[in-house]
Amino acid sequence: MNSSAPRPAAAAGSRAGMKKELPEHFRSYKHVWVFIEFEQGEIHPVSLELLGEGRKLADQLQVELAGVLLGGCGAALTGAAGICHSYGADVVYVVAHPVLADYRNEPYTRVMTDLVRKFEPEIMLLGATVLGRDLAGSVATTLQTGLTADCTELAIDDERSLAATRPTFGGSLLCTIHTLNFRPQMATVRPRVMPLPVPDTSRTGRIVEYQAELEESDIVTKVIDFLADRNSESAQLAFADVAVAGGLGLRSAENVSLVRDLAQVLGGDWGGSRPLVQKGWIPSDRQIGQTGKTIRPRLYIAAGISGAIQHRVGVEGSDLIVAINTDPNAPIFEFAHLGVVGDATVLLPALTEAFRSRLAVNRLAG
Amino acid sequence: MTRNHFDAIVVGAGPSGNAAAYMLAQRGLNVLQIERGEYAGSKNVQGAILYADALEKIIPDFRDEAPLERHIVEQRVWMMDDAGHTGMHHRSDDYNEDKPNRYTILRAQFDKWFSRCVKEAGATVIYETTVTSLMRDASGWVVGVHTDRNGEGITADVVILAEGVNGLVGRASGLREELKPENVALAVKEMHFLPQEVIDARFNLKGDEGVVIEAMGTITEGMVGTAFLYTNRESISVGIGCMVSDFTDVGQATPHGLLDRFKAHPSIRPLLEGSEIKEYAAHLIPEGGYKAIPELVGNGWLVVGDAGHFVNAVHREGSNLAMTTGRLAAETVADIILSGGSCSRHNLAAYVDAVKESFVMKDMKKYKDIHGFLKKGRHVVDLYPRLMNRAAQTWFRVDGVDKRSKESTIMREAWRARGIGGLMGDAFKLMRAWR
Amino acid sequence: MRIFVCIKQVPDSAQIRVHPVTNTIMRQGVPTIINPYDLFGLEEALRLRDRFGGEVTVMTMGPPMASDSLRKALTYGADRAVLLTDRFFAGSDTLATSYALANLIQKASDNWGKPDIVFCGKQTIDGDTAQVGPGIARRLGLTQLTYVSSIDAIDPSHGTITVRRRADHGVQVLQSRLPAMITMMEGSNEIRRGRIEDALRAASAEVVQWNAAAAGITDLGHCGLRGSPTVVKKVFAPPSREEKATLVGEGAANPTAVANDLITQIFARQPVLEGDLMHAAARH
Ligand SMILES: Cc1cc2nc3c(=O)[nH]c(=O)nc-3n(C[C@H](O)[C@H](O)[C@H](O)COP(=O)(O)OP(=O)(O)OC[C@H]3O[C@@H](n4cnc5c(N)ncnc54)[C@H](O)[C@@H]3O)c2cc1C
Ligand SMILES: Cc1cc2nc3c(=O)[nH]c(=O)nc-3n(C[C@H](O)[C@H](O)[C@H](O)COP(=O)(O)OP(=O)(O)OC[C@H]3O[C@@H](n4cnc5c(N)ncnc54)[C@H](O)[C@@H]3O)c2cc1C
Ligand SMILES: Nc1ncnc2c1ncn2[C@@H]1O[C@H](COP(=O)(O)O)[C@@H](O)[C@H]1O
Repeated sequence: MNSSAPRPAAAAGSRAGMKKELPEHFRSYKHVWVFIEFEQGEIHPVSLELLGEGRKLADQLQVELAGVLLGGCGAALTGAAGICHSYGADVVYVVAHPVLADYRNEPYTRVMTDLVRKFEPEIMLLGATVLGRDLAGSVATTLQTGLTADCTELAIDDERSLAATRPTFGGSLLCTIHTLNFRPQMATVRPRVMPLPVPDTSRTGRIVEYQAELEESDIVTKVIDFLADRNSESAQLAFADVAVAGGLGLRSAENVSLVRDLAQVLGGDWGGSRPLVQKGWIPSDRQIGQTGKTIRPRLYIAAGISGAIQHRVGVEGSDLIVAINTDPNAPIFEFAHLGVVGDATVLLPALTEAFRSRLAVNRLAG
Repeated sequence: MTRNHFDAIVVGAGPSGNAAAYMLAQRGLNVLQIERGEYAGSKNVQGAILYADALEKIIPDFRDEAPLERHIVEQRVWMMDDAGHTGMHHRSDDYNEDKPNRYTILRAQFDKWFSRCVKEAGATVIYETTVTSLMRDASGWVVGVHTDRNGEGITADVVILAEGVNGLVGRASGLREELKPENVALAVKEMHFLPQEVIDARFNLKGDEGVVIEAMGTITEGMVGTAFLYTNRESISVGIGCMVSDFTDVGQATPHGLLDRFKAHPSIRPLLEGSEIKEYAAHLIPEGGYKAIPELVGNGWLVVGDAGHFVNAVHREGSNLAMTTGRLAAETVADIILSGGSCSRHNLAAYVDAVKESFVMKDMKKYKDIHGFLKKGRHVVDLYPRLMNRAAQTWFRVDGVDKRSKESTIMREAWRARGIGGLMGDAFKLMRAWR
Repeated sequence: MRIFVCIKQVPDSAQIRVHPVTNTIMRQGVPTIINPYDLFGLEEALRLRDRFGGEVTVMTMGPPMASDSLRKALTYGADRAVLLTDRFFAGSDTLATSYALANLIQKASDNWGKPDIVFCGKQTIDGDTAQVGPGIARRLGLTQLTYVSSIDAIDPSHGTITVRRRADHGVQVLQSRLPAMITMMEGSNEIRRGRIEDALRAASAEVVQWNAAAAGITDLGHCGLRGSPTVVKKVFAPPSREEKATLVGEGAANPTAVANDLITQIFARQPVLEGDLMHAAARH
């Protein structure tokens, strides 16, 4: 069972955490990498968000920003590499191989660790998605390096090391974590935590193709089917321009429709706080917050939500937060921009009507 | 003996059940204790007063390990009107002794610790399991219990009901009557978190010293009841309790409304200021006194603690009576089983005798009339505190009125309110109830 | 089938408080629970055992107190419990944790035979990294199957398994080989209530306790703080925003008036949004 156990990269017995000189063999590690999730012919938006964040880190370190793209078909990857360039990558490592067509832990881990050993990045960022979380742990363990999961903020400190900030203790506190004596410094970030950068289509960059040595017969796990979530109902929530959500203040399952109606008039999507999921009032993929979806809409309307920290961290990136709550002391008013002290079950329908006529009037006028 | 047979089954892991299970296991008996909560004390999140003596008789060196919050060095008894209070403060450095007599505790932690002691003594303890009914043989003799888990019932020579005030098993099994509203108080309490230094400063404390405030007066809106405030290490327990019957008969107030009012009282508010509230809970207290004590033993069963209505409402004692009855029950049972006897009603009656011999029944008897008195003379909880506060003001204000006039003002007000006969009668009745 | 389940005792984060004055965590009296995500693996393990026979061993690395969680797992019906506890493990990050657990699994395999499946939770609610499971799989060379929503077919004698796995855009149906490290999706099953026999057995069962040496861990450089490449530099409360929400609609006559006030305010702050919403509305 232990055949493939990785060898430790650092001398044992030293206290890993204490800052001392970076071991000699890590000094050559340079550049910031972003693992680009490429599935079903599409780049996952989180990878583009990370390119935006990675760009800032690379600029500060004065190094290159690279995207790492794995997949089955070379042509599709080249197209995707172009997108990575326009989102800020200086270089894109492209690994095309039939074995990499669908994501599987084994071959992806193997290729990623090979790439790291060969090209030696100092920072590697991945999305904290199902795929990213599956891959990151294997890669970090194989490389025997540190990994900070679900970061909400990334920065470079005075000593050129990555300061990764993430929630801890159920979201009630934040902590800043460093990987001082090991490379690469790995971090995952959840979708929508970082803003999507504005692409610059005139930007170009290099492509480095890498030949992976893989044999399908070596891979024990086979993908025998893929059932795509076709137009899954809630797929839009995380990316909606307008999001409306309800909390326990809605008082009954029936009143969830008030939230839905408003979202519909605004052409947005809707969700709710965790207790609504626990009560079975809304499906779990509509939960917003730390253990649900992070959203960054241009307008977020929260009705009957108290604004607990776990909810807050999921919505704080919204451009404009509007809260409706009967309790003037509800914590949500501490981070909302606009607030109404009042009964959501009365105000939501009023708001829906008012928006409806306002938009209709404007349509006629415009 | 099948795997599922025990010498004794203890239902409940509160102070009474823990005392009983611990003592039985200590004596080498094969004991099973069944608690419905996720752990002992899980249903009991608040602070309380622990009276050392009762526990010392069970675990002599408990002070070394039990999670104790503060030992009490000061007792305040307050008579409150709407604007203030008049009271007695008793504080003494003598209470900073090697083995203090009273402590504040957090029941959740204390019960958990006690439960661990029970396990270490050798008892089998299972949680998240509710006893649903007693198992009886054809003659009605109790031979074990059924639980809400799938599987067979569990048998034992004796079942000790330590299930607390609600006593569902006892009631469902016809061992005792339904609770009467006039025999139970409903108490609500809250925990208010504050840094230790703040508590020390506000109450003039150092180290592990603690204060207890007990209050009565207009805060209960004419109902029979008291409010309390205990200092824990990093929190303050506040609560108020009134007879359940009074909530329906006397006032319109809700229990929580009363608590809010108490907390907002000008004498209390500054003590709690800036605290973070956590853990609100309501609980019944059996305060029917001596007259409400049910049948305590039968063939194959006996009752201890709150389930036996053992609470001294006047002195706010409960857990010590619970532990003491639990201990006495265990001693009786162990004596019977170890000598090869059967746990018949006749043999178990030795437990009832032991309870009668102890302070428990003596105190219960002493106050057997107090409730009747309070119920008939509700004015004592309302009128007298008002009078006292007014008297104090009249006395302390220096306003150019001569002292003799002030004295007669006080007396006049009292007479006007209650009449000389009433005052004398109250004093007499109270003395009788007290004796 | 021989199944190991890694569970972790975590503070019930719903009940953690931050000290109002000092902003530090108040751990005192915070109850602990089994990491809720681990229970889906435990239940799946129990179901497989009920179907194929064999035994379920629950294991954890943690302080001595963590044996409470293991005992609880026994009341659900697990057969054996092992606790790896040693002060050397204090301060472990995910890499050091997976090192310790991989060694624990190795040692348990030596004692009771190699597992067909090691279940881990999807993630913990305190660490919340979802990395320890993959770390263990990697170290032990187990097939890694994360986010499994159901085990469709399993043949212990041939060592084959087919699962459905929740991917980002759909469900992957994967065919693979045992031994495997599996994490189950939440909601894929519901932990059972153990029988009274399980509760009784759990109350008196022995929880096997090993320290580092007993688990055959000699290289302490990989354990605890020393073996953790990540270092927590600071812990702090989320900064509070200075200005609070601007309240709208106070004194307005009726809900409609409030709504109109609010809309005016919204579009005043997001002028472009109005046009965009209009266009979107027109398209519908
Ligand atoms: C580990 C962990 C993870 C969590 N993850 C999440 C998460 O991802 N997402 C999440 O949302 N929560 C999460 N929570 C739960 C979170 O802590 C809160 O409990 C939850 O967000 C509260 O939901 P709420 O605001 O709907 O309910 P409440 O806190 O009960 O608030 C209801 C609000 O409605 C107001 N109200 C009542 N009636 C009305 C009315 N008629 N009109 C208007 N207002 C009214 C009340 O004043 C109150 O402010 C998590 C908790 C933990 C411990
Ligand atoms: C607000 C308040 C303040 C108090 N303050 C004090 C104080 O300061 N000092 C003091 O000495 N006393 C105080 N008391 C009284 C004291 O709490 C009780 O007298 C004492 O807890 C009684 O102990 P017990 O073991 O009989 O019952 P409990 O403590 O009620 O324990 C009964 C246990 O049995 C379990 N149980 C019940 N039914 C079943 C079942 N069917 N199957 C399995 N398990 C079951 C329950 O979950 C519970 O754990 C106070 C009470 C209240 C309500
Ligand atoms: N100390 C531990 N002991 C046992 N299992 C653990 C421990 N830490 C993590 N795990 C397992 O790894 C899973 C993922 O943990 P995490 O990476 O912390 O999110 C958990 O759900 C557990 O199954």
